[in-house]
Amino acid sequence: MRMTTQLEKFIKQEEDRDGVRFTWNIWPSSRLETTHLVVPLGCLYLPLKERTDLSPIQNDPVLCRQRTCRAILNPLCGVDYHAKFWVCNFCLQRNPFPPQYAAISEQYRPTELIPKFSTIEYVNTHAQHLPLIFLLVVDTCIDDEDLSALKDTLQMSLSLLPPNALIGLITFGKIVYLHELGCKGISKSYAFRGTKDYTAKQIQDMLRIYKFSAPQQQQNRSPGGQVLPPANRFLQPVYECDMSLTDLLGELQRDPWPVAQDKRSLRSTGVALSIAVGLLECTCPNTGARIMLFVAGPCSQGPGQVVNDDLRQPIRSHHDIHGDNATYMKKAIKHYESLAMRAAINGHAIDIYSCALDQTGLLEMKQCCYSTGGHMVMGDCFNSSLFKQTFQRVFSRDQKGELKMAFNGTLEVKTSRELKVSGAIGSCVSLNVKGPCVSDTEIGMGNTCRWKFCTFNPNSTCALFFEVVNQHSAPIPQGGKGYIQMITQYQHSSGQSRIRVTTISRKWEDASTNLHHISAGFDQEAAAVLMARMVVYIAETSADPNVLKWVDRTLITLCKKFGQYAKDEPNSFWLPENFTLYPQFMFHLRRSHFLQVFNNSPDETSYYRLMLMREDVTQSLPMIQPILYSYSLNKPPEPVLLDTSSIQPDRILFMDTFFLILIFHGKTIAQWRSSYYQDIPECENFVKLLQAPIENAQEILQTRFPLPCYIDTVQGSSQARFLLSKVNPSQTHQNVFEYERESGCPVLTDDVSLQVFMEHLKKLAVSSTT
Amino acid sequence: MYHPNAGVPPQMQQPPMGPQGPAASYPSPHQHMGPQQPPHPGMQSQPARRLDPDHMPSPVQVMEDDQRNRSGIFYTNQKGMVPPLVTTNFITRDEGNASPRYIRSSMYNIPATIDMMKQVAVPFGLVVSPLARTLDEEYLPPIINMGEIGPVRCNRCKAYMCPFMQFIDGGRRFHCLFCKATTEVPPEYFQHLDHTGLRVDRFERPELILGAFEFVATEDYCRNNTFPKPPALIFLIDVSYNNIKSGLVHLLCSQIKEIVKLLPKDEGAEKSNMRVGFITYNNTVHFYNIKGCLAQPQMMVVGDVQGMFVPLLEGFLCDPTESEAVIDSLMEQIPTMFADTRETETVLAPAIQAGLEALQASECAGKLLVFHSSLPIAEAPGKLKNRDDRKLLGTEKEKTVLAPQGNVYSSLGQECVAAGCSVDLFVFNNSYIDLATIGQVSRLSGGEIYKYTYFQADLDGERLIADIKHDVSRPVAFDAIMRVRTSTGVRATDFYGHFFMSNTTDMELASIDCDKALTIEIKHDDKLTEEDGVYIQVALLYTSCGGQRRIRILNLSLKTCTQMSDLYRCCDLDTIINFIAKQTVFRLLESSPKSVKENLVNRCAQMLACYRKNCASPTSAGQLILPECMKLLPLYVNCVLKSDAVSGGSDMNIDDRSFIMQAVTIMDIPSSVVFFYPRLIPLHDIDVDSDELPPSIRCTSDKIRDDGVYLLENGIHLFLWIGLNVDMEWIQNVFGVQSAAQIVIDRTSLPVLDNALSVRIKLVIDSVRKERHRCMRLTLVRQCDKLEMVFKHFLMEDRGMDGTASYVDFLCHMHKEIRNLLS
Repeated sequence: MRMTTQLEKFIKQEEDRDGVRFTWNIWPSSRLETTHLVVPLGCLYLPLKERTDLSPIQNDPVLCRQRTCRAILNPLCGVDYHAKFWVCNFCLQRNPFPPQYAAISEQYRPTELIPKFSTIEYVNTHAQHLPLIFLLVVDTCIDDEDLSALKDTLQMSLSLLPPNALIGLITFGKIVYLHELGCKGISKSYAFRGTKDYTAKQIQDMLRIYKFSAPQQQQNRSPGGQVLPPANRFLQPVYECDMSLTDLLGELQRDPWPVAQDKRSLRSTGVALSIAVGLLECTCPNTGARIMLFVAGPCSQGPGQVVNDDLRQPIRSHHDIHGDNATYMKKAIKHYESLAMRAAINGHAIDIYSCALDQTGLLEMKQCCYSTGGHMVMGDCFNSSLFKQTFQRVFSRDQKGELKMAFNGTLEVKTSRELKVSGAIGSCVSLNVKGPCVSDTEIGMGNTCRWKFCTFNPNSTCALFFEVVNQHSAPIPQGGKGYIQMITQYQHSSGQSRIRVTTISRKWEDASTNLHHISAGFDQEAAAVLMARMVVYIAETSADPNVLKWVDRTLITLCKKFGQYAKDEPNSFWLPENFTLYPQFMFHLRRSHFLQVFNNSPDETSYYRLMLMREDVTQSLPMIQPILYSYSLNKPPEPVLLDTSSIQPDRILFMDTFFLILIFHGKTIAQWRSSYYQDIPECENFVKLLQAPIENAQEILQTRFPLPCYIDTVQGSSQARFLLSKVNPSQTHQNVFEYERESGCPVLTDDVSLQVFMEHLKKLAVSSTT
Repeated sequence: MYHPNAGVPPQMQQPPMGPQGPAASYPSPHQHMGPQQPPHPGMQSQPARRLDPDHMPSPVQVMEDDQRNRSGIFYTNQKGMVPPLVTTNFITRDEGNASPRYIRSSMYNIPATIDMMKQVAVPFGLVVSPLARTLDEEYLPPIINMGEIGPVRCNRCKAYMCPFMQFIDGGRRFHCLFCKATTEVPPEYFQHLDHTGLRVDRFERPELILGAFEFVATEDYCRNNTFPKPPALIFLIDVSYNNIKSGLVHLLCSQIKEIVKLLPKDEGAEKSNMRVGFITYNNTVHFYNIKGCLAQPQMMVVGDVQGMFVPLLEGFLCDPTESEAVIDSLMEQIPTMFADTRETETVLAPAIQAGLEALQASECAGKLLVFHSSLPIAEAPGKLKNRDDRKLLGTEKEKTVLAPQGNVYSSLGQECVAAGCSVDLFVFNNSYIDLATIGQVSRLSGGEIYKYTYFQADLDGERLIADIKHDVSRPVAFDAIMRVRTSTGVRATDFYGHFFMSNTTDMELASIDCDKALTIEIKHDDKLTEEDGVYIQVALLYTSCGGQRRIRILNLSLKTCTQMSDLYRCCDLDTIINFIAKQTVFRLLESSPKSVKENLVNRCAQMLACYRKNCASPTSAGQLILPECMKLLPLYVNCVLKSDAVSGGSDMNIDDRSFIMQAVTIMDIPSSVVFFYPRLIPLHDIDVDSDELPPSIRCTSDKIRDDGVYLLENGIHLFLWIGLNVDMEWIQNVFGVQSAAQIVIDRTSLPVLDNALSVRIKLVIDSVRKERHRCMRLTLVRQCDKLEMVFKHFLMEDRGMDGTASYVDFLCHMHKEIRNLLS
């Protein structure tokens, strides 16, 4: 393994403490130079990074007095302990400390001034504790086996919820039913036509719930006032209704409307979701809530329809979309987008648990998850451990026994004067808040310094992009630093309202004279993930077919800028050590299912892309370039090249693509195993060998969300395709004879190999004409 | 308007013969009584002397005579035979014509020419009660199953096989008396003829000898060519504030269990096949899943009243015995759930729509019983404006409040009838509810309205439950189509009753029951021949309560005549009045009340004048001569004119008026007879030992004594009038108090007392009630109390408080009119 460099140590430390990774850790001091860096200045930030050593403090943050600034006191501020004032590192305003800080001194510093607390969390003690809200939206057009599995899972999940959480239930098929909870002697539900789009106002009128919520809303706003939970007969505390809800779920029947042989079930997902959004919108706006949608098939009627009920017409494919033959797609996307927007503005998240063999319309519904941070889970059936365990993991708890989910968050970014924020890419929506630190150039969701995160968890990662606005003519003094503060206000799962503040700084450097300093601060992993997010964001929002070219061009320009070479001599080309992996990442990104749709359904593409948009660097890298480990009898386990040459008969390979964990037995190993060598006492080592990758897989399977597919296969079997499609095709059917027979496994593909790709890259990078 | 004593006093003369008398024996049916001859039945008067009402034709007398002369068995073997009066106790033996209980004609001898019809002005109408109850001694129409081939019908006019078909050609073909075409006999149906030319198997085949019978229908006669499912009954209960407060919802829920036990079943079936369902509504509509396997009922609320739909498939309609436990618990839940409701704005059309769609979803016909409380003013389809302006009644503008506002309820009614969904409205209003509008649903779907203004469960509960039970349990046909076929020369042209017509021939009835009649006007197309006669065949295609598709066939043969006297001998006045009343009520919605009434008076005068001119031998113009079987025509026409349905003015409210008009529209003849000329029964000198109804007396205050007690009923109202000087003992026995003055007038039933008189009086009231299909509320009226006005309003021979003519007045007026026509 490589030696850990200073840079890597620094990156690790920063990530551990603040949950932040910058593409560039030393910042060029002028606007022009920044644009020449190719990879934008940006970071991946985990607003809820798990910090066991961080216990929230119970007082209010101290704010800068400057009205346009309002930055929060942090360890990077200049402090005059004597005169008891502090200088804001964003606007340079001198601020006196509030009276309760009178006792501070150099030795006796408040927590927020201790350097290791550059990330700190405050509890807003004035704000009311609010219960969490979970609204289950359950598809009943499911075959009985799957339905009963889903029912079991849901019943079980009641015990995982905090007892004071409010829960609601909507079921749907041809018709949408909103169930009233906690009625005795009779079970009540409100029915809605599955073909009609109801506005929130209509829902309100029909359910007559506005009377309940109107005074409540006012109470919610009045600070310090006693707030009643926004409960009504549709949302009841779990401790009160778990018995009746268990019964209700137990009595849930498959949608009774007859479905002809050549027809699909009439499924009103679009309306069901609209009712759910509408209900929460009018009963508990601006309160953390989670809509959990369980679907077993595509929406086949009404608003949000993605396919009709005629089985002869298959659901749209990438080919149909490309040829503009996806009849319902655009309208459906519009429907779900508007729902997503309504939910997001009110702070409500939408999860989609889609379990079906065919597509269910995730492509159309994706914005619901994208905008609100809700989970998207894709499986084959509800009666699978993939779904069951994944769902259970939604409710996983931290060491303090609190749910690892935060709600209704807003992330605000403040920058020192030389910087402005140009946008964010992640599972959030822009709140359109203009401010002095908002840049004119937009990357991702820009033109704002505030974003809404309806739900997020310790893994949720947001990409933030910055622009250096300092002009070249106004140099920053040597050793000067730039500052960025991220302020996240959110509803903690305990019901508390909390504020997490992360303040970071990086050194400025003049790139025109000290480019090597700048390049030394390049974090190629963060850069790869950030670039992947950018390119996927472009692909998602503009459907630009030329994104691949854009990837290529940036890579070439980057190599041109930071590579060492003699002009027009490809063989002279070499890259600094902290750049060497970057081209590989790009090679695999180009080949990945994020950008290649061949062999993937539109739903799958949406699902994969969504995951890339929210995971941190460590989880995202294997998505781009899967990790391959090799296990063999004569060597300890080691990472090997993601290359056909790594496929050897006497090896067990272990591949992790984030979505998929694959254990691949080489031919020889497979033969041994089928001859039951593992049962022979003398072959203890072989048993261990077989066991090692499984243990590794178990470790991942226990923590990862969503639970990845787990495949155990042997060389030459059909499932081996999952490995063969990922490895670098250095050996293909075309060049197989150039290699030794025993040293790898040729792949049937026309794709170019990494070697060829690199040759071309070098050629183009050193070329004086491009 | 009338000048009873003006001009030459009328003389009156009646032919002393029965309608059966052959013309030959009585060359002239108009024997004149001299002025000095004994009073009855003629009447003579001196100038300036007041007419003696006792000498005028008396309905009581006519009914008694008919009872005396014509009770016993009535054989229907003859063409054009006039049946006994409906008030007469007789037993029908079907020998080729349908029983008069099913079908009556206004005339049994039909004028052969159009011209003659015009002159006589007597309407040719049929009153058909296809499901009328029969007496125990009579036979029900037999059910004939023809198997795969279905009923045999005429190729051309599609008339069904009946005794009027004549087999020819050795039995290979038959000749249709309706359209004169001949049709091949299907091979399966072939039978040889005997020497008289009749089929040898005729006594084994009811359709060849009976006037009324039923065929089992084949799939061709069914909706979508599939046999129907058994019909269903849906209770739609308005659970808004008014109905909760009046105790209706509570009462109804406590009685449902008993009510659903009474569902009708097919003859011979062990149990009813009908299913029941429940909907409640206020400004939303609530469906209930009552599937027997559920632990508790499920309620599904549809708030989308703009686009009503049925939110469940299974479990809405259930067998009441299988789901007994769930229904019981639902009936406990409903009153509790809505106990604290403050909802006063209700919907109606969406609720009915809900019931309709529930039936459609279950693919069956059926009936909705809607228990509704107030004007539907909630924001929903069918929202109504309050247009209560009773001052308009009786004026030229009364149409504006008697006709429906908007067409929501009319088109809903049409949707209902198209789906075989009949709607009975039970209305519990405390204020204006616009029956004229909401009643359209019932009218078009063959339903009926029951009205309980200011309902209070403790006072009116028993009556309501009796009505529901009666409604639910009576013989009924669902999803029916009725067509009247006639022999050539005449044709059914106008139709009155509760049904819908999408073409000019077929009456579509989502349901029809034993208490409803349809009235049809027959008009001449062409000249008739005297030999042939007129043949009528009524076919009612329907689904029985057990779910069997059947066709009930009613056949009637009438004679034709060229002599007017033959016509006047063979008229059925009760049928004429039923027809006239319905036609008048119908016309009130089109023309001004004044002209409608004038037309009626004129027509009546013309009918009588034509008789006077053509059938009576010349006498002095001062004599009023009436045909025997129409001698009550002036009285009855006056009753029609005075009735609330025709003349109801601002002393009643608009809903009452609409209600009565709708009630008249569906009346069968036994109901219309007593409605227009109420029955007045003296009870003070009742024979305690007898178990028969005491004889009635003429409906006039002349006959009322202040030491008497009288029961008056017209099928809608039931009064017990108590004179102030009634025998103390009588009062003590019946009311348990010392004197008439001490009687608590507000009570709606008599106290239970242990003496023979009390028991007898209660029995009389019960048996009077039993004869009517609505349970009448008993109203006690003490002489000289305020309420006496209402009672007196129903003494039809008297001059009305509003100035309407007395019998005597009207008769004089009629006489004058006749003379005017003759001169």
